[in-house]
Amino acid sequence: MTDVMDTPTSGAAMPTLRVEYAAGERASGAAEIVPQLRSELGLDDQDAPLETPRARPLHQRSLDDNASLIGSAVGSLALVWLLYERVLPLSGTIGFVVCWFVAFLVIYSAVTSMVYPRPMVVDRIAQAVVTSGAAIVGFALAWTIIWIFLQGLPALIHLNFYTEDMAGVGLNDPLTKGGIKHAIVGTAIQVGIATAIALPLGVGTAVYMTEVGGRLSRTVRTVVEAMTALPDILAGLFVYALLIITLGWQRSGVAAALALAVTMMPIIARSAEVVLRVVPGGLREASLALGASQWQTVRRVVLPTAKAGLATSLILGIARIAGETAPLLIVSGASSFFNANPANEPMNSLPLFIYDAVRRPDGLTIQARGYGAATLLLIMVLVLFVVTRFLARDKGPSR
Amino acid sequence: MAISPSLESITEPTPLDAAAGASHGATLEADSITAWFGSNRVLDRVSLTMPSRTVTALIGPSGCGKSTFLRILNRMHEQVPAAKLAGEVRLNGDDIYSPGHRITDTRRRIGMVFQKPNPFPTMSIAENVTAGLKLTGTRISRGDRDDLVERSLRRAGIWDEVKDRLDALGGALSGGQQQRLCIARSLAVDPDVLLMDEPCSALDPTSTRRVEQTIEELRDDVTIVIVTHNMQQAFRVSQQCAFFLAEQGTPGVIIESGRTEDIFGSPTDPRTEDYVNGRFG
Repeated sequence: MTDVMDTPTSGAAMPTLRVEYAAGERASGAAEIVPQLRSELGLDDQDAPLETPRARPLHQRSLDDNASLIGSAVGSLALVWLLYERVLPLSGTIGFVVCWFVAFLVIYSAVTSMVYPRPMVVDRIAQAVVTSGAAIVGFALAWTIIWIFLQGLPALIHLNFYTEDMAGVGLNDPLTKGGIKHAIVGTAIQVGIATAIALPLGVGTAVYMTEVGGRLSRTVRTVVEAMTALPDILAGLFVYALLIITLGWQRSGVAAALALAVTMMPIIARSAEVVLRVVPGGLREASLALGASQWQTVRRVVLPTAKAGLATSLILGIARIAGETAPLLIVSGASSFFNANPANEPMNSLPLFIYDAVRRPDGLTIQARGYGAATLLLIMVLVLFVVTRFLARDKGPSR
Repeated sequence: MAISPSLESITEPTPLDAAAGASHGATLEADSITAWFGSNRVLDRVSLTMPSRTVTALIGPSGCGKSTFLRILNRMHEQVPAAKLAGEVRLNGDDIYSPGHRITDTRRRIGMVFQKPNPFPTMSIAENVTAGLKLTGTRISRGDRDDLVERSLRRAGIWDEVKDRLDALGGALSGGQQQRLCIARSLAVDPDVLLMDEPCSALDPTSTRRVEQTIEELRDDVTIVIVTHNMQQAFRVSQQCAFFLAEQGTPGVIIESGRTEDIFGSPTDPRTEDYVNGRFG
């Protein structure tokens, strides 16, 4: 018996157990029975079934909070409606919404301050304002995209919209005739050439500003910043004056791509510089301390480390120039026929086509084509975004 | 002789025989080193000989110039734009700052391990080890490369922990493992000297113990100079010790240097005694 009592299972729950044991008189081999009992009583953690504790809800809003929010919204709506429609000689949707929002804030803060202290009231009001702001922006964006899509849908559903050009197609010809192949191909070629020029230049400039440094790099940074702020139409005028008037080039895809590259380069340089600055200095030092030259350090360590960020700056640049219209108006010239040769003849592009199409009178089919082209432009930028992020994702090493 | 940071001179490149066996260290002599950042003098005529087969510990309070001194030993000092330097650093008798020496060769022969583990995040463990070869444009056959990876990781005492995942990213290792990976990376280019700038200050005691073992094992092959704030560590790993101090407003100097037992057991300068016994700093 003493064996049993001396086992390490002693504790508050044990006295009854001991009595039971003593009465039972069956403990011939205490060593066998004790583990069995332990598991029956759930004392052995390994043997006991794992019971998942119920997670308590966190960040829960009380019924009171929700009620005061909804109540304030409804109350202010009723109040403003009464004032607007019955008492004051006012009208207009925007004014109504603004007054409703202001009244809502006042009532909501009053209701909150009856229960909560001042910091909480300020917190609630700030939350309401910020949330509303985000909602307005989100709504405006969604509405723009959906509206453009719906306007362009009649044109988008026809296959010929993607495979034919507008040569010989009238402004109000049915949508089963003609398409925007020329503009799609033109935009692809122009953006492609512009990227091929601006990406190496932009990244090279960023490398110069971050890795080489010195007094001249500050001058370069100032110039790049000034170029970012440059109105796009000046980029067009620059190329127009230099290439078309002075050198006698034709209006062409290459001229358009050069104007786009001038716009794109500072955007890539600026964002790539920010990305390269984030690469830890310790990595550069580690590379140099291994005996690497500065160029090897940049090529093998700094640029690969910043790869994902550089892809983002490329997307920023492309998204900016893909919709650029002003410089193209001057240097490329709109045309209605297909031209895949960027070196001569005018070359149309999606932004130019959109600009040309949607300013036509309402009701003509050309309008639907314009909105269809706008939808396509949105989709092209989105696809580029996804593809670039996918290619630049941080994947495992290649070895 | 003040050396401008842009000074880089050209000489015949010495072929790196990475696949050859380990070297046996080299003697590094700092002769009357004075260093400035702009007009601020941070070291004043510091001389120290770091013999081969010896671990030299540099100790002293923060801001006394020991890290600057260490960075002067492999020309990392001149990475700071306003840095200036006078004096000579001799590797086996050759002044590494002389115009006949190429900076990249110097840095390859005198490796460095930093305070914060800094494996290259885009490279695998194996690629990190061979990064020094890739970065210096040294070609090596596939079989030799695998041997080099294994040998370097073994010398750094981390082979058994990573041998099954050589293709995993180096950044996925724990801090202590990353630091030993960085040591392996430095060893892969077969340096004569290894400089360590507080290599254990970001590590837990177990990893620290492991790195100290690694230092112990490397001593016969590589001359090691280590900066540390940990007195026990200096006592455990080093055979020679130099105590740096920069008193109020004056540049850093070596107060006392000599065998580690002497510096810790019977220092001649009272300031050294105060410091190693933890009475200041």
